Amino acid sequence: MSITIENLNKSFGAYKALDNINLEVNSGELLALLGPSGCGKTSLLRIIGGMELADTGKLLFHGEDVRQRDARERNVGFVFQHYALFRHMTVFENVAFGLRVKPKKERHSEAEIKRRVHELLSLVQLDFLHDRYPAQLSGGQRQRIALARALAVEPKILLLDEPFGALDAQVRKELRRWLRRLHDELHITSIFVTHDQEEALEVADRVVVMNKGRIEQVGTPDEVYAAPATPFVYQFIGNVNLFHSRDHAPWTEHHGDAVAYVRPHDIDISVLPQDDTALPVEVKLVRAIGSVVRVEVAADDSSELIEIELSRERFDAAPLANGDRVFIRPRQFRVFETGEQHEFSAT
Amino acid sequence: MSIAKLNNQATLCRRISTCESSGVTLLLITVALSYLVLFLGLPLLAVFVEAFSKGWALYWAALQEPDAWSAIQLTLIAAAISVPANLVFGVAAAWAIAKFEFKGKSLLITLIDLPFAVSPVVSGLVFVLLFGAQGWFGPWLQAHDIKLIFAVPGIVLATIFVTFPFIARELIPLMQAQGKEEEEAAVSLGASGWQTFHRVTLPIIAPGVVAAALFAFAVSFDQFVISYFLAPPGVSTLPVEIYAAIRKGFTPEVNAVSAALVTLAIKSLVEWQARRSGEPLHGAH
Amino acid sequence: MSQFKAHSVLPGFNLALGFTLLYLSLIVLIPLSALFFKTATLGWGGFWEVVTGERVLAALRVTFVTSFAAAVINALFGLIVAWVLVRYRFPGKRIVDALVDLPFALPTAVAGIVLATLYAPNGWLGQHFAAHDIKVAYTPLGIVVALTFIGLPFVVRTVQPVLADVEAEVEEAAASLGAGRWDVFRRVIFPAIYPALLTGFALAFARAIGEYGSVIFIAGNMPYISEIAPLLIVAKLEQYDYAGATAIAVAMLLISFALLLSINALQWWSSRRGGR
Repeated sequence: MSITIENLNKSFGAYKALDNINLEVNSGELLALLGPSGCGKTSLLRIIGGMELADTGKLLFHGEDVRQRDARERNVGFVFQHYALFRHMTVFENVAFGLRVKPKKERHSEAEIKRRVHELLSLVQLDFLHDRYPAQLSGGQRQRIALARALAVEPKILLLDEPFGALDAQVRKELRRWLRRLHDELHITSIFVTHDQEEALEVADRVVVMNKGRIEQVGTPDEVYAAPATPFVYQFIGNVNLFHSRDHAPWTEHHGDAVAYVRPHDIDISVLPQDDTALPVEVKLVRAIGSVVRVEVAADDSSELIEIELSRERFDAAPLANGDRVFIRPRQFRVFETGEQHEFSAT
Repeated sequence: MSIAKLNNQATLCRRISTCESSGVTLLLITVALSYLVLFLGLPLLAVFVEAFSKGWALYWAALQEPDAWSAIQLTLIAAAISVPANLVFGVAAAWAIAKFEFKGKSLLITLIDLPFAVSPVVSGLVFVLLFGAQGWFGPWLQAHDIKLIFAVPGIVLATIFVTFPFIARELIPLMQAQGKEEEEAAVSLGASGWQTFHRVTLPIIAPGVVAAALFAFAVSFDQFVISYFLAPPGVSTLPVEIYAAIRKGFTPEVNAVSAALVTLAIKSLVEWQARRSGEPLHGAH
Repeated sequence: MSQFKAHSVLPGFNLALGFTLLYLSLIVLIPLSALFFKTATLGWGGFWEVVTGERVLAALRVTFVTSFAAAVINALFGLIVAWVLVRYRFPGKRIVDALVDLPFALPTAVAGIVLATLYAPNGWLGQHFAAHDIKVAYTPLGIVVALTFIGLPFVVRTVQPVLADVEAEVEEAAASLGAGRWDVFRRVIFPAIYPALLTGFALAFARAIGEYGSVIFIAGNMPYISEIAPLLIVAKLEQYDYAGATAIAVAMLLISFALLLSINALQWWSSRRGGR
C-alpha cells in the first residue's frame, strides 16, 4: 500500500515538530526516516500510525484519506521503541492478541489462531520461546516478538520506531540483516525510524533525511551518500571536509563566500602540485584502519585538519610519513553558499 | 572491615559508592523506628494490653454480645457496598487522570482529595441536611416511605463519602508508572477500548486494585462519628458500639472490641502489603 | 492549542472522565453544596459574624496550626521511614512496613483514647514528660500527637514507591562525579521525590484538618486553647443552630480547598519540571 503525505504540519505548543512535510512512500518499499534526535521523525511515524494527529495537511493510504480513521482502523502494524510487550502475557498470547481481539465474525477458530501464531513465531525463529514471558527474553528476542505481534494482524503497512535502538552492536547488525531479508519475503510497505546512518543506508530501499522538522533529502542510500542535497545531509551522512572558498579552495572557482564539501576518499594526494589550484599541506598523522589508510593533513597557514582516506593499495604505491610536504586536490566536491550554512549548525 | 561488613548486612544498596556510612544508616533506622514506636507501636500495645488484662474469657464474652455482633455485621455491610462502588470510581478516575493530559487536572485531583479534609462531623451534618426530615430530599423520601438517614443506606452512603479518595489516590500513581505504550500497542493491533482495558490494563493493575480494595476495606471500619450521626437508635456499627462504651468509661470490653477490629485490620493490611510488594507476577524489567 | 485535552489514541477518556465527574458530583459536590445553601440562609453578614467570632477564629487557628505542625512532622519523619524501608534491611522490616498503614484502620476514637492514656500525666509516656513539666495530653501538643498518628501513613506511602524508582545509575553517576552522600541526596534524590513528598504532605494535612474522633479525646477541648473547629460545629448542632454550624463548616472547607489546590498545583508544576 502506498502512502502519500502532503503539506503536513505538527506543533507541540510553540515547538514546530513537523514543518510542511511532503513525502511519497511506494508500495512494498522499505523506507528509513533518518535524522538526529528531535528532528521530528518519530512524530511523523506516529502520525502515520494514527497515534498522533497532524495539525494540518493530508495523509493518504493508497489514495484514500485516512486522517479520520483512528489507529485501530488503519491496519498498520506498529513496533514500539521499547517493544511494549504485554508483560502479563506469554509470548504466544502476545502474538495472538491481535487475532483474539478481532470482532467475532472475523475472528478465526482457536486452531487457526494457534497455527498462525506458531507460523509467525517460526518466521521470527523463536517458536521455542512460545510459553515464556517478556521479562524472560533478551532484548533481541523481545524485538522479534514485537515484530511478530505486529505482523499477526496482517498489516498493510509496518511502522518501526527505532527498532534496533536498545540493542547492543552485534545483535543490532544481525537483526537488521534479518529485517531486510524478512521484508524481501513479505513485501509489506515498511517505514522505520533511526538516528543511525549506517543502519539506514544498509537496510532501506530509500532514505528520508530529516532535520528540525523538515525533510532535507529523499533518495536511495547511494544518492544521499554520493549526492547530498544540503550541507546538513553532507555532514550527517559520512565524513566530510569543509573548505572555505576564499582561503583554501581556489579549485571551486567560486568567488563569493562559500564552503566546499569534500568526502575524505575524494581527495588526491601527490608529491608535486597537480595544477596551480592544488593546496600545499603537511602530513600530520597516518593511520591504517583495516582496508583503508587515513591521513590527516593541515594547510600551512591553518591548524584545521583535513581528513583523507586512501585505499591500502594506493597508499602502498606512494607511502607517506608524518611531516611529509605534499599537495592535495579534490576529485569531487560540492559548493554551498555560506548563506545556507546555518542549516547544519545544529550538528 | 567492620564498616564494610555492617554495610553489607544492613543495607540493600549495590555499591559502596552510593551507600551512607554505617553510622548514618544506624542513626536513620533508629530515628525511623523510634518515631514509629512512639506514635504507632506503643498505642497499639496499649490497646492489646488493656484488652487482655482481664483474661481471654472476658474478651470472648465481650465479642459474643448481640450488640457487638450486629455492629460487626453493619460495619461489614457498609464496607461490602462502599468498597466496590469506590473501586469502580477509583479505576475510572485513575484512567482519566493517569493516561491523559487535560486542563484542570489539578482541580480534579483536589476535589477528589477534599473528603479527606472534611471532618466526619461535617459529612454527617451534610447528609442530615440532604436527607433529614427538613432536608432537600427529606420530604420526597418520606412521601415514598424510603428511610435513608438513620438507616443502613445512610451509613453506606456516608462510608462511601469518607473512603472515597483512598482507592483513586492509590491507583493514580500506579497507572502513571505503568505508562501507556502497552495500551497504544493494543490499539494498534485493533483492540477496542473495552478490549484494551480488560485484556491489557486491568491484568497489569490487578494486584494494585486488589490491594487498594483491601485497604479501603480496612479504612471503612473507621467511621464511628458518621455512624453516630446517621445510625438509627437500634442499629449501630462497631465503632458506634465502641464510642458508646467509651462514654461509659474505659472498660476492657471496649478494648476487646477494638482489639478484634485492629486484628482484622492488621490482617488485611499485611495481606495488602504482601500484594503490593509482590509486584505483578512477571515484572516488566 | 486551546483544546481541552491533548490528543491520544487511547480510548475511553470521555467515559472515564464523565463517570468520574458524575460520581464526584453525586458523592461529594452535591452533598457539599448543601452546606453552602444552608449557610446562605444566614446572609453574608451573618456568615461573617459567625466565622469571625473570637471563639470560632481561635478554633480555626488551633485546627489549621496543629494540622500543619503534624503534617510537617509527618513529612520529615515519614521521609526518613520511607528511606529506611526502601534502602535498608533490618529484622522485622516487613512487619513494620505493614503496620505503617494501621492508623488508617484503627478506629480514631480508639486511637484518641489510647493516645490520651499514654500521654496523660500518669501514662506510660506522659509521666516522663510530666517530670520535665511538659504537658502533652489535654493541650494543643496532644492534638499534634493525635494528628501525627492519623496522618502518619500518607507521606510514607507516597514517597516509598517513588524512592524505590530512583535509578541507581543516577546516584552512581553523581557519586562518580565526586558528589558526597549528602550532595547526592540533596541534588539528585530529593528533587526526584519532592513531588511525591508534597502529595503526601497535602494528604496528611487534609486528613488532619478533617480529623475529629481521635482529637476530642486527647485535646481537653478548652475554648480558645485546645478546641478544634469541628467540635464547635458539634456544639452548634447540639443547640440546633444548623446555619451556624454550616457557616463554620463552609469556612473550613474553603480554607482546606484553597490550601489543597495550591499544594496540588505546586506538585503538578514541580513534577512537570522534573519530567515526572
